Amino acid sequence: MIPALEIRHLRLDLGGAPILRDVSLAVPAGSRLAVVGPNGAGKTSLLKCLCGIHRGWKGRISLDGVDIHGFGQRERARRIAYVPQPGGRLSPYTVRELIIMSRYPHLSHFGTQKMTDHELVRDLLARTGLGPLADRPLATLSGGERQKAHLAAALAQEAPVLLLDEPTTFLDPRHAFEIRSLLQRINREDGVTIVEVSHDLNTAVMDSDRVYALREGATAFFGPAERFLDEDVLGAIYGRSFLLADHPVTGRRVLVPEPVER
Amino acid sequence: MRREVVLLGLLLLALAVLVLAPFVGMQAITPADVLRSGGNGVDEAAIFWRLRVPRVLLAFLAGASLSLGGMIFQAVFRNDLATPFTLGVSSGAALGATLSLRLGLSFSLLGLDGPTLFALLGALLSMAVVQGLAARRPDATGATLLLAGVAVNFTLSSLILLVHYTSDAAQSFNILRWLMGRLDVVGMGSVLLLLPLFVVGGLAALLLHRELNLMTVGEEFAVSRGVDAGRTRTLLFLGTSLLVGGVVAVCGPIGFVGMMTPHVARLLVGADHRRLAPASILLGGILLTLCDLLARTLLAPAELPVGVITALLGGPFFLWLLTRSRSGVR
Repeated sequence: MIPALEIRHLRLDLGGAPILRDVSLAVPAGSRLAVVGPNGAGKTSLLKCLCGIHRGWKGRISLDGVDIHGFGQRERARRIAYVPQPGGRLSPYTVRELIIMSRYPHLSHFGTQKMTDHELVRDLLARTGLGPLADRPLATLSGGERQKAHLAAALAQEAPVLLLDEPTTFLDPRHAFEIRSLLQRINREDGVTIVEVSHDLNTAVMDSDRVYALREGATAFFGPAERFLDEDVLGAIYGRSFLLADHPVTGRRVLVPEPVER
Repeated sequence: MRREVVLLGLLLLALAVLVLAPFVGMQAITPADVLRSGGNGVDEAAIFWRLRVPRVLLAFLAGASLSLGGMIFQAVFRNDLATPFTLGVSSGAALGATLSLRLGLSFSLLGLDGPTLFALLGALLSMAVVQGLAARRPDATGATLLLAGVAVNFTLSSLILLVHYTSDAAQSFNILRWLMGRLDVVGMGSVLLLLPLFVVGGLAALLLHRELNLMTVGEEFAVSRGVDAGRTRTLLFLGTSLLVGGVVAVCGPIGFVGMMTPHVARLLVGADHRRLAPASILLGGILLTLCDLLARTLLAPAELPVGVITALLGGPFFLWLLTRSRSGVR
């Protein structure tokens, strides 16, 4: 079967420095991939190559077997949606405005919003539980609400592939869980292929089918999620050993925090 | 819905200002005077049609153009203080026009006279510098960008001073008077000169309202939604060059209108450029027309340069923006 997303020997240099040296991976349609690795390994840059922000990379990226260079900018945006890393400047827009403007790739150049667009916006607001906050400026929302707004906006692109950059990093446990269950529904019920950069190895492994680990711009691990939490694998990626235990509910291996002094 | 009502209110206010402003001045003119043309002594109708009406139209058009230019820069650079004025595009146009005044160029091309052509050229050149910065350092939206603007402004101001210094007394007076910003015109020539530039630049802003919204959130965000950021920026910068270059050529560098009005417009109708662009046009026009009204009545029969009024309003406004946290200056 042709993968929804395939990357072969991707290489990216920024300002003369190699950011990505050799990235190869394939994501089957409808599956979920977690991208992990140490800070500065190139995870965010990898996502930015996929959604057209970084240009000038070498190698091959294909969507459903078609070279990504064959798509125009709008067409690519109809195939890959993107939730950027939280933080940065707060935009002056309301939740509704952010969602509506993300319909951009579906509009003809001078076209107007269609009735179906408004229905979609209502639907997205309901699914993310943002209905009551729809007309509030993003700047007045909490980090968790803002992240949901950005997720809803990316979903407005109606793309079969969804990229997320650390969607739960700055969230409290409750909001993090809500985002995780939203993503699971989007993946399982709508069949959206998800590629998610994460630093939370436990949830990455628990929620994903496969894990791709980057280290200094190259592949350090690519395989089934359940094989990732392993002494040797983690040691090779992060350069130290970690404390692993069995999850009380799933029985799978999880990383547990260790006391700094033992 | 409320915002559409506000926009409609702005439109009505703009129309009222346009209709009423020509009657106010050093000497009040009544509608009856205008109708009773060809009387003895001073012909009020002539003052009305040859001086007042063109002046009000010019002020409105110039204010609308500067306001749109500011709105576009604030969106593209995601910085409340970024305007063609603060980033040196007005100075570029001013240098062009000053050079042309100094050289006493009296040619015209495509109906544009020497100072206009040179001002447009100067605006385009300094816009190329800004564009180069934006393309090379898309992350430069805060202090770096404004400091670059300060540097460009300093350099161009020195060059203007240099040109000014080498001028003779008559040229010098022309240059100085023009640098203060002026709206006193005779006849509709200047208005007809600005109108096509305003239409082209204004169309760019109105048609690209979606792209402006997405760019305001962030350039990378816009690209991920399918916006061709490079092409969009080029189109918007060309439009802004026409808007600002034209105004500077005709009226001189009038500051701060481009910075203040988009902010007030945003408070009134929100940040969506579908409403913000028309609101900026209307509000910019209203503001400069009223400033000019003050300029020509405050010390009547003497007249203040309108640039002095806008700067007196704008300076404190600039400081107020700096003290706000959301100003995008870090």
